[in-house]
Amino acid sequence: MSLLEIKNLSFTYGVGTAFEKEAVKDVSLRIDKGDFIGIIGHTGSGKSTFIQMLNGLIKPTKGQVLLDDTDIWKEPKKIRKVRFRVGMVFQYPEYQLFEETAEKDIAYGPKNMGLSDEEVKERVYRAAKFVGLKPELLKKSPFELSGGEKRRVAIAGVIAMEPDILILDEPTAGLDPNGRDILLAQISSYHREKENTVLLVSHSMEDISQIADKILVMNKGKMFAFDETKRVFARGQELEKIGLRIPQITKIMIQLKEQGYNVNTDIYTIEQAVNEIIKLKKPDRKG
Amino acid sequence: MLKEITLGQYFPGKSVLHKMDPRMKIILLTVFIVFIFITKNYISLGIMFLSVICVILLSGVSMKLYFKSLKAIIFIVLFTSVLNLFYGTGEPVFKWKFIEITQAGINTSIFVAARIIALVLISSVLTYTTSPTDLTDGIEKLLKPLTVFHIKIHEIAMMMTIALRFIPTLLEETDKIMSAQKARGADFESGNVMTRIKALIPILIPLFVSAFRRAYDLAMAMESRCYHGGEGRTRMKVLKYSKYDFTALLVVCVVCIGVIICNIKLPVTLRTGM
Repeated sequence: MSLLEIKNLSFTYGVGTAFEKEAVKDVSLRIDKGDFIGIIGHTGSGKSTFIQMLNGLIKPTKGQVLLDDTDIWKEPKKIRKVRFRVGMVFQYPEYQLFEETAEKDIAYGPKNMGLSDEEVKERVYRAAKFVGLKPELLKKSPFELSGGEKRRVAIAGVIAMEPDILILDEPTAGLDPNGRDILLAQISSYHREKENTVLLVSHSMEDISQIADKILVMNKGKMFAFDETKRVFARGQELEKIGLRIPQITKIMIQLKEQGYNVNTDIYTIEQAVNEIIKLKKPDRKG
Repeated sequence: MLKEITLGQYFPGKSVLHKMDPRMKIILLTVFIVFIFITKNYISLGIMFLSVICVILLSGVSMKLYFKSLKAIIFIVLFTSVLNLFYGTGEPVFKWKFIEITQAGINTSIFVAARIIALVLISSVLTYTTSPTDLTDGIEKLLKPLTVFHIKIHEIAMMMTIALRFIPTLLEETDKIMSAQKARGADFESGNVMTRIKALIPILIPLFVSAFRRAYDLAMAMESRCYHGGEGRTRMKVLKYSKYDFTALLVVCVVCIGVIICNIKLPVTLRTGM
């Protein structure tokens, strides 16, 4: 049994008007508990629409989303329950902050779940710790915080609901390289500690290749590939053809192969590349 | 959901009406509205209504959009016309207990409904066929004489342009914030009035914050491009009357004369001032 099963999911905007546009076309896949899935694709490839169907913010025009084998739209009145289990962090989430203090803002989600005050408080502190927010910042107004801190508060606001599936839409957009690395490391350690499922949307192949176990590639509303990271990058040339930038190191390996060296091209980290090249140097030791 | 609001939206096109000068469109719209309200009998009302429909057909914008803009005011139309049904003096046509409906009441309610509908339709034609920038340019030019009274027309026009420009942006923003809060379990659909109003706070505060942020950014961008108000400012597109404008003027004059003649020559159906 998969945690989340997506069956022939399609979504068309503006049905029956001149602006009709099919954003997602017939996507089917299974997501298991504990997966860390990276989602990549161009702007307008349907990724945002796709993820918004997973927690019932958008109702699919065709197809189903099954959470623990139950269609999430079976009882439309209970869609909020689904949203608590499938947490979603939007792009630039800091623009959704509204409370007087960061603490209250993080507590908004858990409070909506109807948890007790103590439980809410505990969750707020736990979530703040996960995203690396100092406790003294929690008493401040979210509008006094820096950009990076605001983003952390917003992400903590979703993490505090402790969803089984956490979806993040470009969480690192607009952060400096250092902030980006730290945030990705935190998400990754959160995933490992909680053993929950994470879906991460990103433009950056380099980011995704470092932390995701599986990658979903979207192209023009369709599922282009969904497989283990290694296997997806083995199709590097195809990815380049649809205009996605593959990690530099993968590119180097592809070029080496083109020049007649016998190397694997399903490589996306520098360590793997080093090993591969060492193997090439010592042909006696078979790899 | 919010994207379906069409009132005050521009639909690019190549119709005769799109080619007209915004000043002439505004003037003729005003004339039209005045004449919609001075019609006194069914014939003159019919003439006005027919010309409104002709204008709509000329605009080349899909009829569906006009129906949509009518949908927004259907309640007002029904409310006022039903209310007017019971007013009016004379021999009652229908009587039930204390409710009396007279012929005059029926006439007024038909007139009121027809006038509001015509008013909304003809105003929609203006906004559908004129881009917001053209519209404010036109208003600015038409109100120019008021500068004599030290009214800052350019500033007002600029404010209107900016306000219109930001309507879709803010709608989109609202949509986004609503989704984000819904994802955190916000519930806008249940509870009594007070809880529903309270549920709006998580949307309104971020919306205001972002509106102010945008305003600051825009002010900065305008200043860094040396914007200093209307004085000595030239235009990229200078408004000019063309043959379309004069033809339209002529046609509207003919219609108006027709209405006046009908009003004078034919018996008056509507006696009340409304």
